[in-house]
Amino acid sequence: MASATLLKSSFLPKRSEWVTAARPAASQPMAVSFTVRAGAYSDELVKTAKSIASPGRGILAMDESNATCGKRLASIGLENTEANRQAYRTLLVSAPGLGQYVSGAILFEETLYQSTVDGKKMVDVLNEQNIMPGIKVDKGLVPLTGSNDESWCQGLDGLASRCAAYYQQGARFAKWRTVVSIPNGPTALAVKEAAWGLARYAAIAQDNGLVPIVEPEILLDGEHGIDRTFEVAQKVWAEVFFYMAENNVMYEGILLKPSMVTPGAECKERATPEQVAEYTLKLLHRRIPPAVPGIMFLSGGQSEVEATLNLNAMNQSPNPWHVSFSYARALQNTCLKTWGGRPENVKAAQDTLLVRAKANSLAQLGKYTGEGESAEAKEGMYVKNYSY
Amino acid sequence: MSAFIGKYADELIKTAKYIATPGKGILAADESTGTIGKRLASINVENIEANRQALRELLFTAPNALTYLSGVILFEETLYQKTSGGKPFVDVLTDNSVVPGIKVDKGTVELAGTNSETTTQGFDSLGARCQQYYKAGARFAKWRAVLKIGPNEPSELAIQQNAQGLARYAIICQENGLVPIVEPEILTDGSHDIKKCAAVTEAVLAAVYKALNDHHVLLEGTLLKPNMVTPGSDSPKVGAEVIAEYTVTALRRTVPPAVPGIVFLSGGQSEEEATQNLNAMNKLEVLKPWTLSFSFGRALQQSTIKKWGGKKESVGAAQEALLVRCKANSEATLGKYAAGSVDAAASESLYVKGYKY
Repeated sequence: MASATLLKSSFLPKRSEWVTAARPAASQPMAVSFTVRAGAYSDELVKTAKSIASPGRGILAMDESNATCGKRLASIGLENTEANRQAYRTLLVSAPGLGQYVSGAILFEETLYQSTVDGKKMVDVLNEQNIMPGIKVDKGLVPLTGSNDESWCQGLDGLASRCAAYYQQGARFAKWRTVVSIPNGPTALAVKEAAWGLARYAAIAQDNGLVPIVEPEILLDGEHGIDRTFEVAQKVWAEVFFYMAENNVMYEGILLKPSMVTPGAECKERATPEQVAEYTLKLLHRRIPPAVPGIMFLSGGQSEVEATLNLNAMNQSPNPWHVSFSYARALQNTCLKTWGGRPENVKAAQDTLLVRAKANSLAQLGKYTGEGESAEAKEGMYVKNYSY
Repeated sequence: MSAFIGKYADELIKTAKYIATPGKGILAADESTGTIGKRLASINVENIEANRQALRELLFTAPNALTYLSGVILFEETLYQKTSGGKPFVDVLTDNSVVPGIKVDKGTVELAGTNSETTTQGFDSLGARCQQYYKAGARFAKWRAVLKIGPNEPSELAIQQNAQGLARYAIICQENGLVPIVEPEILTDGSHDIKKCAAVTEAVLAAVYKALNDHHVLLEGTLLKPNMVTPGSDSPKVGAEVIAEYTVTALRRTVPPAVPGIVFLSGGQSEEEATQNLNAMNKLEVLKPWTLSFSFGRALQQSTIKKWGGKKESVGAAQEALLVRCKANSEATLGKYAAGSVDAAASESLYVKGYKY
C-alpha cells in the first residue's frame, strides 16, 4: 500500500549499518562508500523541516550578532547593552499569537541562552508559542584570499560539538549565511567556496539534529540587471546542490534561504513583483529538487511591503515546495521604530510586528491585498555595502 | 550559466511537454542492426533489411497502439524506411501524433584503467547528423550512457565522464532542434541490495544534472530516461511498492521540476514487472512535479515478437499483443493498471547478464 509519508525510517539504513557497510574487506582497496543519506536524526529532521514549512507560516530572523543588534538599537537611540538586547528580544518572542504566522525564529547564541525580562527562558517562550527555536551557527564573513576582494564564511571548526550543544539547549534548526557578490565577479573560487562551506555545514548540522537552513545570499549591491542576477543564481544553486549531494545531505531535512532574483540595487531598471516572481520561480524550477520541503526567502534590503508583495506574487499558483519568508529587517523595521526603547510602547510595537507577520502569512498563501499599509512599511531598507 | 535559448527553444519545450503527456509513453524501437539481429534470431528469422522493415512495420501500424504512444525512438536505418505500401515510417508516426525520435550515440567503449567501465561514443559530426535527422522528421534524440555497480564502481571517473558526455550530447541536440533524452543507465547486474542502487542512482543523477547545468542545457526541453531503483539481479526481489518508493525518492532528490517528464527504461524486467512498477510509482501519494512514464524496448516488444515468429499470418495476433502492452503501460502512467490476465511471455524475465546493447 502506498504510504502518505514517503520517507519511512524503516527503509533507510540505521547509522550502525551505514558505518559497517563503509568498511571494505581488508584485502581490497578502499571501497567507495555510498549511503542513502541517513543519520540518527533523520525522522526528526524531516518532521522539523515540515513543521517550519507549514502553510501560512514563515521564519522570523532575529539572529543579529551583538554588533549588528547594536546598530539597530543605535538607530532608536539605545545603548548596546545586554539588558537592551534582552528587552528587545523579549518584545519580539512574546508578541501574542505570533505562532499563527511564524513557525521558526532564528536566534543569536546569546539569545539562545537568555531569559526574557520576566525570567522565562527565551526558548521556552518560543516553544509555547509553537515557534521552533533556531540558531545562527556561522562565525561571520572574512576576506577570501586569492579572490577578487570577495568574502567567505567561517565556522566549520568545532561545528559538530557546537551544534550538539545548541540541540541540548533547545535549538532544532540552524542557519549559516554566506555571500556572493556580483560586482566582484563573482569568481569561480568564491562561488565554489560558498557552496562547499554550505554543504559541509549542512551535513554536520544534520548529523547533530539540526535542520540546516542553507543561505547563499547573492548581495543586492550593484548596477547589474535582473538577467545577470538570474545567471549567477543558477550557477550558485547548481554548485550548492552538487556539493550537498557529495556530502550526502538529506534534502527532506533542509530548508533553503535564497535571495529573490531582482535587479541590483543601483540598476536603473526596476522590476515589478510579477517579474521578480517569474524569474525567481524559474530559478527554483531549474535548480531545486522537490524533496526540499521549504524555501524561505531573505529580504536583503527590500522594504517591508516590497518583500511581502514579491512573496505574494510567487504564491499565485501551487509550487512543488513551500515558498515562504525568513525576514529580519522586513519584519522588524517598523516594530523597532515603534518601540523606540520605551516600555509603554511594547504593545504597539508587538502589534506592528503581528501586522507584518500576518501580511507575510497571507503572502505565503498568495492572498495578500496590501490594504492599509503605512508609508513606513514601504520605505526601502537597502544599505550599500551592508555588513550584517 | 543561464540556459541556452537558441532558435529552437520554444519548439523544444513544446515537444518535450507533449512527449510527457500523461497516459502516453515511448516505444523504444531503436535496436541497432546487431541487436535487432538477436531479437530476430530468437524467432529464427534472418537478419536482413526486409525482415527488419517487416518487424517495424508490424509495430508502427498496429491498430490503435499509437494512441498510447507520444514518441517512438528509431535507429538510423528505420528513420529512412517505408511501409510495404511505400509510406515513410516517419509519416505513419506523425499522422498519428507520435513524435519520431532517433538514437544518435555510437555505442560504448571501455575506459582504460577501470574495471570494464564504459563511456559512450558519437560526438564526431553530431551537430551535422542532428540537422539531417531533423530534416528527415525526427524531433527528439536519445543517447545511452552506461554505469555499473561493483565494489569500486561506479568510479568517480566513470560518473564524471558519462555525465559530461550526456551534457555535451544534450546541448548539441538542442542547438539543432532535437529534444535530448538523457539516459544514464545503471545496470542491474550484481548482488547489491536496493539501498546501494538508490545511493548510486542519486549520486549519478546529481552529477548528471550538474553537468547539464554547467553546459547550459535548457532543462524544460529535455526528458530523463533513468533506471528504476531495484535490487541487483543476483539479489532477492522486492515488491513493486518498495521499488516505487526508492525510485521516486531518488528522483525527488535529484530532478528539478523544470524537467517535464521521466520515461523509465525497462532494462531486463519482464513486461508485467515493468508495468506494475510504473503503476506503483504513479499511485504513490507524494508530490511528483514531472510525469512518470515509459520508454520501453523489450518490455513492450517481447510478446509481440514471439507471437509474430516471422510469419505473415501472425501479424494480427502480434499487433494485438503490442496493443495490450501499450494500453497496460498507458494505464500505469495514470496509476490505474489492474494486473489482468497475464500471458506467460509477459511475465518472462528479459534479464541478460552482461547485456550488450
